[in-house]
Formats: sequence, C-alpha cells, structure tokens
Amino acid sequence: MTQTRRQFVGNGLAIAAAFFGLPHIANAATLEESIAAFTGGSSAGADGITLIAPEIAENGNTVPIEVDAPGAVAIMLLAAGNPNPDVCIINFGPAAGSQMASTRIRLAGEQEVVAIARMADGSFKQARQNVRVTIGGCGG
Amino acid sequence: MAENVVPRVRVPRDAKAGDSVSVRTLISHPMESGMRRGSDGNLIPRQIINRFTCAFNGAVVVDVEIHAGVATNPYFQFDAKVDQSGSFDFTWYDDDGSVYTETAEIAVA
Repeated sequence: MTQTRRQFVGNGLAIAAAFFGLPHIANAATLEESIAAFTGGSSAGADGITLIAPEIAENGNTVPIEVDAPGAVAIMLLAAGNPNPDVCIINFGPAAGSQMASTRIRLAGEQEVVAIARMADGSFKQARQNVRVTIGGCGG
Repeated sequence: MAENVVPRVRVPRDAKAGDSVSVRTLISHPMESGMRRGSDGNLIPRQIINRFTCAFNGAVVVDVEIHAGVATNPYFQFDAKVDQSGSFDFTWYDDDGSVYTETAEIAVA
C-alpha cells in the first residue's frame, strides 16, 4: 500500500495523540475519585490513625510525612491541593513490624494532606492535616 | 534510564528474634513528575519510580504504589518483624521498565 505524505503525517499525529493525550487524561483524577477508588465509597472513621506532618513546610519539594495506623493493611496518602492528588499507597505485608511508615512528599502550596487507612476488618480510618508551604513543589 | 540511580538502605546489623527493626531506604532518582516545563517550554515527560517493595526472607514487609506526589529521591522508613537471620530484598520499579534492587543482611540472635 502506498501512502501519501498527508496520510503519513495524519497517522503520526493520531499515534502521538494516543500516546501522550490519553494517559494524561486518565491520570487527572480528583481527590474524591481517588478516595472512592480506595475505599469503595464507604465512609471513614477518625480515630486510630495518626498523621504527622509539619504545620509549616519551607520547601514544598520535600515535606516529611509520617503515618501510623495500628492494624491497617494499607494506607493511602493524598495531597488535596496537588495537580494530581495521589501520593502513594503503602501496603503492609505479613513481615511488617508495625503499620507505620514515613516518607517525603511534594506539595504544590498550602493544602490539606490526607491519610486513609484500610483496616484488617475492612473499615477505613482517615486523618487530615493542613500544611502551609512557603515554596511550592510542583514546578510551573 | 534515569542517570545515577543509587539505592541506599539501612537496617540494623543484628537484632533479637521477634524484634521489630526500623528499616530506612532511599534511592536517588529525579522523580520527574510530568508537570514541569523545560527551558524550551515543553512539558518534561513523567519518569518516576512507580512501585517499591521490601521483603524479608521472601515475606512481604511493604509494597508501595508510588505516584508523582512523592518527592525526588524517594525515601521510605518502616518497621519489619524479624524472627530469624536472613536478608531483606528491596526492589524499585521505574516508569521506563528499569528495576533497581538492593539486599541487606541481618543477624538475629
């Protein structure tokens, strides 16, 4: 089959759009959608989970976060004000010594950090903390 | 492949059986979020570590699903329960398909 130059360019554009366009749309989930995907829509209690985050973070590029939820099987961390609120989901295996983890995250600006734990019995616990950020951490 | 990716882990050299030990891990990686624009004004494509796992003698300690909100040089600290001597296996999975691994031994009395 012979291809005209115009067809060739058109095909190339379509392929490029499929590659770069669609994944971007799929990634742009809102905070509520991310929470619902994790909890399956059930509501979360407030006690039994501790989220330690600084009240003021000087640099949003790396904000230390610690979360502790005894009895959890998985903990999801979310940054409500980021372009993409998903941060990470920590799944604890049988060799975990405690359901505690700490990491460093990016925050685009002053916002709420959300931690949701899925407990062994299928219930959910939630903790939120507001963090003020002096310098945002998401570029642009 | 991201350049200069160096995994670093720290576990205690020894412990008592049944102890919970603190494990610290860090891997140097740019964690390009896909949101930033380069000097030419175009978006820099996303390239992050999207998954991190730690296992002790084959049993999972943590398995972390990572998104772009985790900072450059992703750091994780967590506790592992050790009942016998053995080795920790750490694995990081890159967006580009690269897999970085590291192991650490612990002697349990």
